[in-house]
Amino acid sequence: MSSSKLESKIPEGSLEQKWTKYRSTVPLVNPANKRSLEIIVVGSGLAGSSAASTLAELGYKVKVFCFQDSARRAHSIAAQGGINAAKNYQNDGDSVYRLFYDTIKGGDYRAREANVYRLAEVSANIIDQSVASGVPFAREYGGLLSNRSFGGTQVQRTFYAAGQTGQQLLLGAYSGLQRQVGMGAVQMYARHEMLEVVKIDGVCRGIIARDLVTGKLERHFGHAVLLCTGGYGNVFFLSTNAMGSNVTAAWKAHKKGAMFANPCFTQIHPTCIPVSGDHQSKLTLMSESLRNDGRIWVPKKLEDAKAIREGKLNPNNIKEEDRDYYLERRYPAFGNLVPRDVASRAAKERCDAGFGVNTTGEAVYLDFAFNMKYKYGKIEATKKGIANPTEAQLKEFGHEVVKEKYGNLFDMYKQITGVDPYENPMMIYPAVHYTMGGLWVDYNLMTNVPGLYALGEANFSDHGANRLGASALMQGLADGYFVIPYTIGAYLSNEIRTKAISTDHPAFVEAEKSVADTINKLIGIKGTKSVDYYHKRLGKIMWDNCGMARNEAGLKKAIEEIRALRSEFWSNVRVTGAADEFNPELEKAGRVADFLELGELMCLDALQRNESCGGHFREEYQTEEGEAKRDDENFKYVAAWEMKELGNWELHKEDLVYENIKIAQRSYK
Amino acid sequence: MNWFLKLMSSSLGKKYVMALTGLFLCTFLVVHMIGNLQLFKSDNGMAFNLYAVLMTTNPLIKTVSYLLYAFIVLHAIQGIRLVFQNKSSRPVQYAVYDGKSNSSWASRNMGLLGTLLLVFLVVHMSDFWWEYKFGHVPYATYATNIETGEVKFIPAPADYKQFNKIEENVISTADGQYRIVTVKNLYLEVKEGFKAIWLVALYIIAMAAVSFHLFHGFKSAFQTFGLNHSKYNGIINFIGVWGFAIAIPLAFAAMPIYFFINQ
Amino acid sequence: MSEKLLNLTLKVWRQRNSKDKGGFETYAMKGVSTDMSFLEMFDVLNEQLINEGKDPVAFDHDCREGICGMCSMFINGRPHGPKQAVTTCQLHMRSFNDGDTITVEPWRAKPFPVIKDLVVDRSSFDRIISAGGFISVNTGNAQDANAIPISKEDADESFAAAACIGCGACVAACKNASAMLFVSAKVSQLALLPQGQPEREQRVLNMVAQMDSEGFGSCTNTGACSAECPKEISLSNIARMNRDYFGASIAGK
Repeated sequence: MSSSKLESKIPEGSLEQKWTKYRSTVPLVNPANKRSLEIIVVGSGLAGSSAASTLAELGYKVKVFCFQDSARRAHSIAAQGGINAAKNYQNDGDSVYRLFYDTIKGGDYRAREANVYRLAEVSANIIDQSVASGVPFAREYGGLLSNRSFGGTQVQRTFYAAGQTGQQLLLGAYSGLQRQVGMGAVQMYARHEMLEVVKIDGVCRGIIARDLVTGKLERHFGHAVLLCTGGYGNVFFLSTNAMGSNVTAAWKAHKKGAMFANPCFTQIHPTCIPVSGDHQSKLTLMSESLRNDGRIWVPKKLEDAKAIREGKLNPNNIKEEDRDYYLERRYPAFGNLVPRDVASRAAKERCDAGFGVNTTGEAVYLDFAFNMKYKYGKIEATKKGIANPTEAQLKEFGHEVVKEKYGNLFDMYKQITGVDPYENPMMIYPAVHYTMGGLWVDYNLMTNVPGLYALGEANFSDHGANRLGASALMQGLADGYFVIPYTIGAYLSNEIRTKAISTDHPAFVEAEKSVADTINKLIGIKGTKSVDYYHKRLGKIMWDNCGMARNEAGLKKAIEEIRALRSEFWSNVRVTGAADEFNPELEKAGRVADFLELGELMCLDALQRNESCGGHFREEYQTEEGEAKRDDENFKYVAAWEMKELGNWELHKEDLVYENIKIAQRSYK
Repeated sequence: MNWFLKLMSSSLGKKYVMALTGLFLCTFLVVHMIGNLQLFKSDNGMAFNLYAVLMTTNPLIKTVSYLLYAFIVLHAIQGIRLVFQNKSSRPVQYAVYDGKSNSSWASRNMGLLGTLLLVFLVVHMSDFWWEYKFGHVPYATYATNIETGEVKFIPAPADYKQFNKIEENVISTADGQYRIVTVKNLYLEVKEGFKAIWLVALYIIAMAAVSFHLFHGFKSAFQTFGLNHSKYNGIINFIGVWGFAIAIPLAFAAMPIYFFINQ
Repeated sequence: MSEKLLNLTLKVWRQRNSKDKGGFETYAMKGVSTDMSFLEMFDVLNEQLINEGKDPVAFDHDCREGICGMCSMFINGRPHGPKQAVTTCQLHMRSFNDGDTITVEPWRAKPFPVIKDLVVDRSSFDRIISAGGFISVNTGNAQDANAIPISKEDADESFAAAACIGCGACVAACKNASAMLFVSAKVSQLALLPQGQPEREQRVLNMVAQMDSEGFGSCTNTGACSAECPKEISLSNIARMNRDYFGASIAGK
């Protein structure tokens, strides 16, 4: 039985009809009333920008907040590979159902059926909307849109713009947002950070934000508040997230009563550039699309791996038969295109067994030589009418094609590592990339706090325990463009009589004071260690114990360590500068303080989930071949945590019901 | 006309003016150079002096020349305004600015080069144009034997003056028929002028400035009008560099050097 | 990844706030790994400064993978430093030599006032986009994405213009602090697409008017912007904008 506190509000009816029916029956707000309803949007990524511009188009008064200097810089911009949509332009058998099915299966049966089906339904509209707003997707010579394939699927449904799909989609949504800003329908607050949710009589009524330039705290009223603040991967310190990506907004909401769902579901992306040293500040992703043409391998012989690590052996000199293409070996059906969690764990397994390359031993090869020569080189040679091309010709021709397809990624790799990936295999290693967990929301994307919504990566709803590639962009834009504009009516139609509440209301005063107190406390500690010092230590605890593989003893130990680290932080951190000025150290300190609390909850969540599913791999629960062992009987639920006080959470379970999909063991063999 | 004022006061409008006037001045340079090549004829300046008359009497050329003066003034004023306006867009300068890594020296110093050229123009105009029009330039008479084509050069007396720029008649002598032409001897002014090394130096420096100015300016004008196309950029560049930045300044510079050496 | 260690001297612009006059501070950096990014070196410097109880250097940065456009350092006289086609966050220390002195300044332009140290305010760019850098299509109005075929060449060229990350290096590099490359990239992206045609004339007029009113300098075609652009946005975009603006002014409705 689901907890009574968790009303998912999934509409009745058949899966195919739920959204269509609901959309047509959800209460509307008349245009005149919309003008007096104020909506606060926190975060300006795909979800935030698209929601804000669409709501403004509908006539609502919208305020948008982002901590960056412009809405265009939100981290959605860094998504490389693509966006999925069930368009079936390739005539390869794709459909809404198939996208829905792939997403549920990819998520290891831990996502809500109704939400995911809706996502698949609106996916096609996203592509239409984006193209109409000027997003220059890749096209074929005939002028029609091009697709490529991504991990975890057997159709080509991924739309892309070179390796910069997130950028192009965000700039499309951002330009729509700026249009509304220009028309005065949206008020933009860049370089502002939301630091508290204001609740009056149990209902969310606004936020406290800090102007990051002046340090001034501001009170903002809203009939509804939308958190579009992304994921919390930076709890690991090293991740592919931007330096500023944080959990603060979501965490403040959590502390004000919003439940946090499945916090332990983090995605470790298999193809990132390995760590090079202690100075490392973040990790860089190499798009999953590279796995279309790159083959992943490590040496078969331990001594070869050792020689490579010591710099005595060049990988190009290892003979074909001495290479272990372990993904192709273990998963012949999907090969190098298995989902991310599977690929990541397989890499870790090989490296743990001593076959890792790079000086650290924590890297595997992603090799383009084979496809460059024998796939693209041959095709090009045929096109040129060369019947028996030489190896050098094959390489030359293939080089051109690979450059055309992945040029910017190859350049980026070379820039960062100093190694030319056209000549040498790339070295990659998994890194934290995305968090499937997030604020618990119902079908309307509202948290359990009335008036408080969570969209995009900030919520938990669509990806279950593992997200498929190219689905994050899809979800962010689906939530913002096509879901919230309808579902918010269910709440706001009852709010039309609520007059704007004065920000002099005691609840605002008190919320602002608590924020000011926290800031003053942080600055007042005047300890000896920097914020980064604590962040790095937290990251290491999380990576070692709550990363790619977890176990009970490690998680318990981690909780203790995090608690100790947190108390050390609050007594010994050094935050330079003052509260009333531009102070990046202070910003970081506030965010790390929240990560230090979230980390504990993640471990707690991982500890209660005595199964392995998706990104959550408990070493105690695996098959003999080392595959994840799910426990549907006992853990087919969403774990939503309610914070009673720090260190004390209550678990609420939302049972997952699968009426349209037969649950099976996930197999990519 | 509102749209026109708006266009002219916009940053792009100002650029169009610079480009349009600049390209016009480029075409003038070509004409001016072809005319001045007459200086190299060893005909005691006859061709050159006749060319000078043509340039100052032909009604069409006269009209165009007023346009030219206007364009020079417009180009200079607009250019100076832009330089100051652009300077004000960066109130605090960089301590280190490595312009050579991303742009040509000429492109970064169009204002300086233009100012040099303006100074030069003042000297040049007062030396020749003003002198020719309002100053005292001695006259010369060229007597051409109509049958043989042989030309006799007869300097006019120092105080000789005539109302018209050119006076022509035909006389018969024992040697045959002669066409007598009397014109101002600007050629002499040139020849005498370029005996002074400082003037020669000034002209050479000015021609270097022309070279750099046009090295950037010619192709820049096309870019300003939006004429940037991979099919035609090659030829525009070629003309800009080999024609305007090299050939024309060289031809002009050759004149003072020629007279200085042959004095 | 053959790591080496460098000793460097950093001259960094320090300015408390927009009203402060500001000036250079010199810092000695020892044992800087060639595998570090330029910003990671600043992380190390800041760690040092914090340990000494001093105020760390404020600088803008976020994604650290060359796409968000936030980082903005003027390094040894060039935006984003000595390498072509990279942002500061992707500039690695292997591009420098042991013993180098490196001068780091903020972007300098009237429309980019300094907020603190190396951080500047680039909201003028947002206002330019608000003036017309969009296609007016409300959500829900779109037709099928494949309804209008767009030639691959046009789509590619539009994409190349759209790759602009809005970092402002073009303004920083230009001796006139002109924003022509930024503005023309957006104008071009939309001018090359059929969807962008209905508003094509008004867009270029409005965006240029906003650009001018922000106080950017005018273009003298030096090409510094494109040469320093981390995304290698082409000058042909400026030409296209010049063309469009001329046409829209002379013949527009």
